[in-house]
Amino acid sequence: MRYLPLTEADRRAMLDAIGVPSVDDLFCDVPPPARLQVPVDLPFHLDEPAVERAFHAFAARNISPSAVPTFLGAGVYRHHIPAAVDHLIQRGEFLTAYTPYQPEIAQGTLQYLFEFQTQLALITGMEIANASLYDGATACAEAVMMACRIARRRRIILSGGLHPHYRATTETYCRFLGIDAVAMPPSWTGDEDPAARLDRDAACVVVQNPDVFGRVRDYSALAVACHAQGALLVVAVNEVVSLGLLTPPGEMDADIVAGEGQSLGNSPSFGGPTVGLLAARERFVRQMPGRLCGETVDVDGRRGFVLTLSTREQHIRRDKATSNICTNSGLCALAFTIHLTLLGELGLKRLGELNHARAIALFDRLAAIPGVEMLNETFFNEFTVRLGQPAANVVEALAARGILGGVPVSRLLPGWSEAEPLLLLAATELNTDDDIDALVSAMREVL
Amino acid sequence: MPPVRFTREHEWIRVEGGVGVIGITDYAQQQLGDVVFVEMPEIGSTVSKGAQAAVVESVKAASEIYAPASGEVVAVNDGLVEEPGKVNADALGEGWFFKIRLTDPGELDSLMSEEAYAEFLGSLH
Repeated sequence: MRYLPLTEADRRAMLDAIGVPSVDDLFCDVPPPARLQVPVDLPFHLDEPAVERAFHAFAARNISPSAVPTFLGAGVYRHHIPAAVDHLIQRGEFLTAYTPYQPEIAQGTLQYLFEFQTQLALITGMEIANASLYDGATACAEAVMMACRIARRRRIILSGGLHPHYRATTETYCRFLGIDAVAMPPSWTGDEDPAARLDRDAACVVVQNPDVFGRVRDYSALAVACHAQGALLVVAVNEVVSLGLLTPPGEMDADIVAGEGQSLGNSPSFGGPTVGLLAARERFVRQMPGRLCGETVDVDGRRGFVLTLSTREQHIRRDKATSNICTNSGLCALAFTIHLTLLGELGLKRLGELNHARAIALFDRLAAIPGVEMLNETFFNEFTVRLGQPAANVVEALAARGILGGVPVSRLLPGWSEAEPLLLLAATELNTDDDIDALVSAMREVL
Repeated sequence: MPPVRFTREHEWIRVEGGVGVIGITDYAQQQLGDVVFVEMPEIGSTVSKGAQAAVVESVKAASEIYAPASGEVVAVNDGLVEEPGKVNADALGEGWFFKIRLTDPGELDSLMSEEAYAEFLGSLH
């Protein structure tokens, strides 16, 4: 097969058939300033070995987290993924299957999605969960829209501790849906009071645990305040491993949990693809977007699985659907489920403990370095420090020494005046004592 | 009993003392199949003629219910929320959805009488 299937004669024949002089005329509705006047400057063609060499050279400009000490987090975390996960998800039945539009024929797919939902409901302390969304940020936006439908209100309050990417994504959705999104300023001190912003017009408050600065929060009192005003409490979780150790949002009486499931089964992969998590109270099930799998019995009484409540989805309900997302992150959700199944309840708890222990080891060593000010009173596996100079410069200097030394807060919150000296550092079960030694000695050199 | 008026979207309305009771027709419930869920408008909210006011969901589809006339919602059928199957059992009676205080009773003139609706249904087949 030719790589370029159209010949000049093919194009001419099609243009003649529709009565258009040239291909460019098909784009006449696009304003000229928005159109490329000259072709993109790319090599016209290269042979295969040359393309491979060129891309290897591009890739070599990255520092791979698996090759160096890494303390990156800020929403995407590097954990050990058991070899069985990749082996199993690469089975053709899983790897090549598209989202099931004739769902009941794919019982294996429905069964793992059902188990995914069950696991997610258990670890978040909620009653129901859907079969996953795209990522944590869109799950957060969906949770907000769900809360607005339930409360029949159109104003939301976003905590300053919410991941800025989640906030930005949610604000984009709100802008085009006529929902008034009130974003509280970022706060590493953790002393914001979203309850003071509540009134009878607020559909929900969105908070995060641990928050973007790593603080572990108890939102029980905020839940009471929300419910007193007829509003919902949405809790975002972007490090799902924390649920092995921390009080789940359900026990704080959250109404909706929106999260990122990447930490289980999925590698950072430059930030995606990941898997969005959405769990809620059962009474809200009909306002929950996306796919939901249910367990049932067939005519012979045998256990089987179905997609349920899909009457609310886009392919049936068109513009009145609960969401424009009609699919889910199937393969990433499968990886999540296999990893969590291998861990089990006790394994997830131990993994949480191990992460926290490694973060404490990192915290104590950094606290002893002059010029590093520790800002967190509480944390799970990530915390914020304040340096005597711009954190972005320190991160560059550490990278030059072969260490991925965290995420500068200025990268997450570019316009925030207090961001510049702040650095977020995460430690997981993969950070060895040697990694921490390397970071500490490089940090002493750089500061 | 006052006469019932019908819409082309298969809603009915029966007006008594300035208040209209609204539901879906027997034909609509047959087409939908087993109704499993209903979503009501808020009491005190206003609906305008032809705009979406409620939702009815069956095992087959979720459909909008449009207001046959404009007005303020003064009651919703909580019994139907508890037991949505009442729509199938008695669409024109116990299966009512909500009541509105009419803004303009003249809006009813454009709706169909029972005979006209029966004729309209005949024309659909």
